[in-house]
Amino acid sequence: MAEPLDDYIDAVSKALALPVEEAWRPAVRANLEVSLRLARLVDEFALPDETEPAPIFTA
Amino acid sequence: MTAKPEMNAADIAKAVAGGQLSALAATEAALARIKQHDTVLNAFTDVTADRARVKARAIDADIAAGRKVGPLAGVPFAVKNLFDVAGLATRAGSKINRDLAPAKRDATLIERMEAAGAVLVGALNMGEYAYDFTGENIHDGPSRNPHDTTRMSGGSSGGSGSAVGGALVPIALGSDTNGSIRVPSSFCGIFGLKPTYGRLSRARSFPFVASLDHLGPFARSVTDLALAYDVMQGPDADDGACTTRGVEPVTPLLADSISGLRVAIAGGHFQKNVFPEAVEAVGRVAKALGATQVVDVPEASRARAAAYVITTTEGASLHLDRLRKRPNDFDPAVRDRLIAGAMVPAALVDRAQKFRRWYRAQLAGIFRSVDVLIAPATPCTAPKLGQVNFNLDGIELPVRANIGIHTQPISFIGLPVVAVPVPLEPLPIGVQIIAAPWREDVALRVAYALEQMGVVSAPAPRGF
Repeated sequence: MAEPLDDYIDAVSKALALPVEEAWRPAVRANLEVSLRLARLVDEFALPDETEPAPIFTA
Repeated sequence: MTAKPEMNAADIAKAVAGGQLSALAATEAALARIKQHDTVLNAFTDVTADRARVKARAIDADIAAGRKVGPLAGVPFAVKNLFDVAGLATRAGSKINRDLAPAKRDATLIERMEAAGAVLVGALNMGEYAYDFTGENIHDGPSRNPHDTTRMSGGSSGGSGSAVGGALVPIALGSDTNGSIRVPSSFCGIFGLKPTYGRLSRARSFPFVASLDHLGPFARSVTDLALAYDVMQGPDADDGACTTRGVEPVTPLLADSISGLRVAIAGGHFQKNVFPEAVEAVGRVAKALGATQVVDVPEASRARAAAYVITTTEGASLHLDRLRKRPNDFDPAVRDRLIAGAMVPAALVDRAQKFRRWYRAQLAGIFRSVDVLIAPATPCTAPKLGQVNFNLDGIELPVRANIGIHTQPISFIGLPVVAVPVPLEPLPIGVQIIAAPWREDVALRVAYALEQMGVVSAPAPRGF
């Protein structure tokens, strides 16, 4: 049975020309589930619209 | 005199500068120890013996001619194999990078160490592409813990921890993106400095996560840590993130009184998911420093989550082309994590970077009323090699995902940290001494005071 993220993995794999062999799929899916869970934790935190990102961090 | 394994860098440099020990003898002693013990520890991937002897002879010639030598004269050191070493391919723990052309020039920090008289003796094992907390490596085998060789050295600078913890060299250099200096320091029972983000040049080192990567030293004493740190400071146009601040030497300040410093215990996230050893270690340090105030670090768990997201996506970006062209040459565990990282939507990454700015402001507020925060470096002492889960309060938790939970929220905003070793039995464990940005001096002074009190020390290796 297809897992919920499988269609997404297939689509992004195609869009990025990034191969995902069937044997790797369960581990990629498990890692993606962790990444998305943690990203959602950040996403849930309300920030002011004016908040600047910090991609080049300056201490 | 002969160089003994227990000699620290400061002792060696003093003996060499004073003519009691030749730089060549100190170098040969380190090479002999590496030859004798590295078959067990597996800390080194390359031993640069010829180069080291040339350098050592040059120092001895300077001394014989009456020329002034640097503060690390004749001190052997080694570097994680993501530093460029002229003549070696910078493998960064990978199979793929072995196909790169040999580096033409040393990393800036190697040049600065050698300008101070230190002698490079080799390159060190590490987790593949630094995406690791265990010190295990599928291509080179694991570097091993010098106190129990069935256990992890910690990652990703595992060889650095193993080499210094095993007293093969007094100083090693490593990198720390999410904890890769502080975790091996904790597991191997040594001192490690992760400086402020941007303090030390990363020029000519193989990157992992540009906005989180730091380089720094490991040592068996705070004096050695400060000596190495001082000679490596200073601006470098070859690293776009490197500070333009001048050198701010800490060595002359180490023994300054810490009585006026306000020390607090990091609460909340930093007191959860910890084994009794970590609680004991933080308790000993807190007691010695007279720290009773517990400060809640707001949203530290979310900070750890954001660091994870930025790491996995920036790491994926770095390796995207290698993932397309040579996926089967990666450690499969690293490959599958990176592929997943490439699939995280960009909007969520931007959210993480914005959260980072918010979190930085919260910590800046805390550091207006305290000078130092103390927190565990790892939730546990070194796990067994290959260990998958550990049991905490009856709950099975994955080892790899949890080793860095207390280091990630700190490096996320680039704060300087000294990891100090508390010599518990049967295994040591580290505590983070965390200071405000650019206040490495404060963290090192506190570490030095703890060392003088006998609360922290690097235990002699006894696992081999």
